[in-house]
Amino acid sequence: MIPEIGHFALIVALLLALVQGVLPIVGAHRGNATLMAVARPAAQGQFVFVAIAFGCLAYSFLTNDFSVQNVARNSFSQLPKIYRFTATWGSHEGSILLWTLVLAFWTVAVTVFSRHLPEDMAARVVGVMGLVSFGFLAFILATSNPFLRLLPAAADGNDMNPLLQDPGMVFHPPMLYMGYVGFSVAFAFAIAALLSGKMDVAWARWSRPWTTVAWVFLTIGITAGSWWAYNELGWGGWWFWDPTENASFIPWLAGTALLHSLAVTEKRGAFKGWTVLLAIVAFSMSLLGTFLVRSGVLSSVHAFATDPTRGIFILGFLGVVIGGSLVLYAFRAPKIAGGGSFTWFSRESVLLVNNVVLVAALGAVLLGTLYPLFMDAMGMGKISVGPPYFNAVFVPLIAPAMFLAGVGPLVRWKQASLPDLVKRLRIALIVSVVSALLLPLLAGGFNWMASVGIALAMWLVFTVLIGFADRLRNSQEGLLAGLMALPRGFWGMQLAHFGLAWVVAGIALVSAYEGERNVKMNVDDRVSLAGYTFTFKGVEIHDGPNYKAARGQLEVVSDSGASFVLHPEKRIYNASGMPMTEASIDYGFTRDVYAAMGEELAPNVWTVRVFFKPFIGWLWIAGGLLALGGVLAASDRRYRIALRGAAKPVREAGVAVAEGAKA
Amino acid sequence: MKRWLPLIVFAVLAGFFFIGLHLDPREVPSPFINKPAPAFKLPVIGQPQASFAPADVKGQVWLLNIWAPWCVACRQEHAMLMQLKAAGVPIYGLNWKDKDREAEALLARMGSPYVLSVDDLDGRVGIDYGVTGTPETFVIDKTGVIRMKHIGPIDPDNWKKKFEPLLQELNR
Repeated sequence: MIPEIGHFALIVALLLALVQGVLPIVGAHRGNATLMAVARPAAQGQFVFVAIAFGCLAYSFLTNDFSVQNVARNSFSQLPKIYRFTATWGSHEGSILLWTLVLAFWTVAVTVFSRHLPEDMAARVVGVMGLVSFGFLAFILATSNPFLRLLPAAADGNDMNPLLQDPGMVFHPPMLYMGYVGFSVAFAFAIAALLSGKMDVAWARWSRPWTTVAWVFLTIGITAGSWWAYNELGWGGWWFWDPTENASFIPWLAGTALLHSLAVTEKRGAFKGWTVLLAIVAFSMSLLGTFLVRSGVLSSVHAFATDPTRGIFILGFLGVVIGGSLVLYAFRAPKIAGGGSFTWFSRESVLLVNNVVLVAALGAVLLGTLYPLFMDAMGMGKISVGPPYFNAVFVPLIAPAMFLAGVGPLVRWKQASLPDLVKRLRIALIVSVVSALLLPLLAGGFNWMASVGIALAMWLVFTVLIGFADRLRNSQEGLLAGLMALPRGFWGMQLAHFGLAWVVAGIALVSAYEGERNVKMNVDDRVSLAGYTFTFKGVEIHDGPNYKAARGQLEVVSDSGASFVLHPEKRIYNASGMPMTEASIDYGFTRDVYAAMGEELAPNVWTVRVFFKPFIGWLWIAGGLLALGGVLAASDRRYRIALRGAAKPVREAGVAVAEGAKA
Repeated sequence: MKRWLPLIVFAVLAGFFFIGLHLDPREVPSPFINKPAPAFKLPVIGQPQASFAPADVKGQVWLLNIWAPWCVACRQEHAMLMQLKAAGVPIYGLNWKDKDREAEALLARMGSPYVLSVDDLDGRVGIDYGVTGTPETFVIDKTGVIRMKHIGPIDPDNWKKKFEPLLQELNR
């Protein structure tokens, strides 16, 4: 019964999405207020029905209803409750339903926070999101219905993929989808601007916080994904340039470029066409990510759902959404172009270069991800593109962006003076060069990768400090009061750039100084690595809720005398019989010590992998700083005023906007 | 022209995706195609005295199915193999790395789709055949040459498309 209710709710949601997608856009075109007014109730109703459908599926999973095919294939009666819940989106069908739920959620958020928008703009934005939602609901009902019954019912399920049974997987997909799908708001704003032919500073002010929030979720999602790979795959790696990972990273790069382009459009009214194009690209890349992961065009370590018939549907949908918006862009872009002028050296020009660099990096990652497909499609053989390509191409491309991230915030809008800037940046330049030469020696020997990383990280830290100093120099108040008085938009930007310093330093140091040993160990055998001695104390059998594990015991003693015990496990999951390694990690601020079990060669003789991972924890800290920066920027006073200003007369709102622009 | 550029780039990409949908990224060309099937001599499960070698079935077209009791996809494939057995397709099994010695009991319980299944306990023959996982199925012709390798479970769809035409041609 419950699954049928879910199925029915999906059909109702589909019809509501169609209404939401068509009537308001027609209404906005004709200036018909009644049709435009349909947007909000239709969107909210659609959300309710998608949520009912999702709830029904989650209920089927939680109650172990193995008469539902999707539950029988992806869950298991002995699975812990939390994973039975996350199994709801562990399958292809469930994850697309989650996608749709998140889209409906964002649409409702837009209906709630768009009261200050002109009615026709709000109607168009909600309408475009309705059309996207219609596509996804039709996809679910036509090719990926999660409510299909299995008759007769299975006695028990096939179990969830053990790889996905990790706390990281509880948050990772919802966060990632909040990010992916969040770009649909910026996309809808862009399409609305193209449809209406109006794109002004107010437009940028409306769409910017939405974009920032989506970017924050994507940042958290990618960080959680990297954390998951590090903890769960058992190879000590944290980024594999795997197609699935790239599918989340490419929209992130597009979103980052969009954020910076929107800043110019909001402050200076320039880059309009470019901003619209980036908004289309960011969401297109999100859709493309879904396509790549879900269609079977590319296979990867963790693309867990592949099916060509679904691929045809998604490709057709991509053609309509992306192709359609690009046609619209081609026709309407000249109408919205134009805007503030600037000289060759100004904040605008620095941000333009930053955008070019980010888009080039995006292109490089996209090319590497799709290259095997291109080769195969042209009959030039099966090849795969690995981390060496990405590291060799991506790193040199993105390094200049890190340098510019330090420069940009200190350059004046419209026109800046180069000698003046060099004078202000002198100290940062000196500090970063000196520390690039000295710090690697402390960390364990000179290494050019570490040097470049440290130089860029120090550069970012000191340019951030200079940015604060510049702002506070003319402040009449005390230091603390002065800091508190700075707008959140400024704090957010600085915090995010400070976070970049942690990413750069973390990546450079872990890549330069990490160590690994893969050894055969008998009981009481020792191995040492980077100042730690590991003693293998044997293996005991341990029973988990839905698996059996051989749990190894490794006593670790560092040269400085500190000691701890690691318990890496080799698990066999009961239902699927799939073996899994569960790494054991001693986390630290400056280093992780990581151990994983390999194969059992003879009774009590195992291959054991031990890793020394310096500064890897900085990557997760950096993800947090970037996200926090985004949250601060999105909650800046001028956006909150714009929200409250909606209720006030137009003139007052105008004043608030002008104030905000000054801040 | 400039404003049409994004659309053109997308159209090219979409074209590649369309072609890509009809390709299988997991289909790795096997270097064993059109080479003689590597020889082996292994004990037959359930008949401890008997052994089997590919040379024993020279003169007929047969399938070598690599499977294992711990393999979930093989169970999924089992029903299809039973149907093929009923239709008279000669399938020989190679039980790969069955460390827990479960194969005999399992075949007795679920029914064996095989003419016979040999036991490759240490997986050495599997290596000779370039096995990357289970299940994999090799089509071997009357002269003992491998004509096709299929990775993953056999289902009615790929049976009709890949196996049937080839078997008809080879049996002619």
